[in-house]
Amino acid sequence: MNWRLINWQSQYRTLAVLASIVIGLIAINFMPVEQQAIAGWLVATTLQMATPLVLAGLGGMYSERGGIVNIGLEGIMLMGAFTGAAVAYYAKDPWLGLLGAVMVGGLFASIHGVACVKYKGNHIVSGTGIILFGTGLSTLLLELVWHQKGQGEPVTNTVPDLMFPALLDHPFLGPAFSVISPIVLFMFIITGVSWFVLFRTPFGLRLRAAGEDPSTLDSAGVSVQWTRFIGVVISGCLAGLGGAYLSIGFGSAFAKEMTSGRGFISLAAMIFGNWTPFGVLAAGLFFGFLISMNYFIQIYFPILLPFANFIAMLPYVLVIIALGLIRKSVPPKAIAIPYEKEKKG
Amino acid sequence: MSMSMEYVVELENITKTFPGGVQANKDVTLRIQKGEVIGLLGENGAGKSTLMNMLYGLLQPDSGKIIINGEEVNLKSPQDAIVRGVGMVHQHFKLIPVLTVTENVVLGLEPILKKMDVRSIPGGRTIGAVLPIDFGTAAKRITKIGDENGLPVNPNSKIQDLSVGLQQRVEIIKMLYREADILILDEPTSVLTPHEVDELFVTLKEFVKAGKTIILITHKLRESMALCDRICVLRDGALVGTVARDDTSPQDLAQMMVGRPVVFTTEKEPKTPGEVILSVQDLHVLDNRKLEKVKGIDFEVHAGEIFGIAGVQGNGQTELIEALAGLRKPKSGIITVDNIRISGKRPRFVREAKVSHIPEDRHKRGIILPFTIEENIALGNHYRPPFAGGPLNAVLDLDTTHSITENLVEQYSIKLSSTEALASTLSGGNQQKVVVARELSTKPRLVIAAQPTRGLDVGATEYIHEVLIALRDSGVAVLLISAELDEIQNLADRIGVIYDGQIVAVKSPGEATQTELGLLMAGHTDEASEEGVAIS
Repeated sequence: MNWRLINWQSQYRTLAVLASIVIGLIAINFMPVEQQAIAGWLVATTLQMATPLVLAGLGGMYSERGGIVNIGLEGIMLMGAFTGAAVAYYAKDPWLGLLGAVMVGGLFASIHGVACVKYKGNHIVSGTGIILFGTGLSTLLLELVWHQKGQGEPVTNTVPDLMFPALLDHPFLGPAFSVISPIVLFMFIITGVSWFVLFRTPFGLRLRAAGEDPSTLDSAGVSVQWTRFIGVVISGCLAGLGGAYLSIGFGSAFAKEMTSGRGFISLAAMIFGNWTPFGVLAAGLFFGFLISMNYFIQIYFPILLPFANFIAMLPYVLVIIALGLIRKSVPPKAIAIPYEKEKKG
Repeated sequence: MSMSMEYVVELENITKTFPGGVQANKDVTLRIQKGEVIGLLGENGAGKSTLMNMLYGLLQPDSGKIIINGEEVNLKSPQDAIVRGVGMVHQHFKLIPVLTVTENVVLGLEPILKKMDVRSIPGGRTIGAVLPIDFGTAAKRITKIGDENGLPVNPNSKIQDLSVGLQQRVEIIKMLYREADILILDEPTSVLTPHEVDELFVTLKEFVKAGKTIILITHKLRESMALCDRICVLRDGALVGTVARDDTSPQDLAQMMVGRPVVFTTEKEPKTPGEVILSVQDLHVLDNRKLEKVKGIDFEVHAGEIFGIAGVQGNGQTELIEALAGLRKPKSGIITVDNIRISGKRPRFVREAKVSHIPEDRHKRGIILPFTIEENIALGNHYRPPFAGGPLNAVLDLDTTHSITENLVEQYSIKLSSTEALASTLSGGNQQKVVVARELSTKPRLVIAAQPTRGLDVGATEYIHEVLIALRDSGVAVLLISAELDEIQNLADRIGVIYDGQIVAVKSPGEATQTELGLLMAGHTDEASEEGVAIS
């Protein structure tokens, strides 16, 4: 294995991240027990809030690395959330629910793929269509399936959490990690896998080439259309899974428009993470932390409750500041540009 | 059968029309023998690249046959051509700047770690797409190919950090990595220094010795005469004729290309320069990455003089031009035009000081393609009469714009369907004429002409040269920046050679040969040290 692509800078970055985690853990260890419990709760909530963002964000990354903007993530997540709940409800099997969500997500994204790749449609228009379609269809199906408005029947067979009883007694690790959803763990695994796929495999190289300069990929004898299309489908699969986590992982029912903008935040996480897997993970965790801080303030500082809406807004303001002032992101060069072979005359 | 086996490539009655109605190739028939160097000569837009893109599978002919090694083929994608041994270096390199040399070379043909290679089993190709690439072996093979062919390159460098010459080397290695033996090179010398061109030709001759066949697309007569065994001339998409090198001359070829006799050197009367118009003193300019690209330049351009700056691209010309045109603030130094200080001023101030700028990148700075020709003519002067009128000059005067454009179109004989057509519908040469017409219509004192004939055919080039000389004769100061030595030597009254952000020598055209200038452009200063002039 040749690890040359990891340059020194990113090694330092990895070291810095690891160091800050260790220092954080040591600091937590010296805190009073009650505060350790709060910290543990914050970590657990951060992971829960981050999971759908990171999954959908990684999905967006696959699509955009290949050159196709996918703002339809929101609609795809909703369809994933609905499918997950509906399948788990009827089949009484959460794993089938997840599988269904992944498949429907991929299917939904392939509509976007056909429109953008084959018919060279405008990515934003098609993506908006996907959002509206996903929102409307999931709401309609909610009423058709459960004959209810707003929220579906509770799903009893949700994805079972993993238990680590050994950690239960620890004041910090207990609340943080003793009960954890397998989807949260999967988020970490898929981040690593995505890094490998993107930077170490032929498919990843071709996908990146499709997003940077499709004519070069074409001239290398690889189908630009297929490469881009597969990228879009993967984005749908991951966004579908992210949606299903909301309805049968973290929650236990499908609700109308339950993603409430997470598709867009995951796009922000993707940009903030500079279109790299670990960047998306870090950005998703950061946004998840901001959201859990919001809950934290509401629970532990009820005096601030009148400002709850203001606090809920803060993550988004931070995103704008972060994107506008601090970090300069470099998107794939050929993003949102349809590839025309015969461009002349 | 035995007759056709002698040819490695046969193109028979190839016709290609692009969507939109442009007929790029008309019934072209071409037969190429193994181990020969064949030149495909023609002006821009003659259909040379289109023809070769069809041989490489990037485009498909409307009708006609392609026969490779005696087998009639239907090339649906470059993959079909690559497996038959066809390789192509495109004029605009097919390299991805942010990727490494290795990644670029293996793209589409990635080696998989040996112990995991499953591509021989059914379905293995799909699985193989997500197995680890063997970058180590690939890098070794690239190094080996490079060393064996005298094309050393660091497989771990990113393309964006390589010079244009090295990038071309990567493109050639890419063909060799795919084991191509029919090599198509599309205008390979347009980005190289004279020295690099010589090196390339040596490499290509080695390839021929090794039994490879080379197709060289070019519009330069000298190159086709220097390298090719046979030369095919294309004009307006049709094959005008195929001639052996030994039976032809540059004059004949030029006539075949253009369809009429061509004058090679532009006539020009000797003229004594007048007062100083442009004066540049100790100019330092940074590029976007804050690196100093212009490192202390001094020169003057007089009225009625063409001052040529010769140099290989990327030696500070771009930054110098941008500083002169007001597009980039210099770090230090003084620029004056007619004793008005323009350094650090805005482009509008510079233009109002009667400076005209024919930019080096026509599409980026010269013309807006989705605008009409009239709108393009008004640009830059759109805010003042005669193009604008009404209160505060807030309204465009479309009628005047129209009549001015009509006049300019006639004066510069720009070929177009209507002055209200989009600029994108014009050919490159006519687009450049629009830019020149606009820039010269303001009666400038100084004209900055940056690569004014880049990408233009012989006819348009001739015309632009005549215009520049007419300007000089009428007492305008002309600063000509060009990578074409012929152009500089033909036109300039004095030649400054730029290397690494400095003017390393100023010569008169009669005083220096092309070889001397070429050496100076490449940073060799032997000659200067002989004269006892310290140049660093």
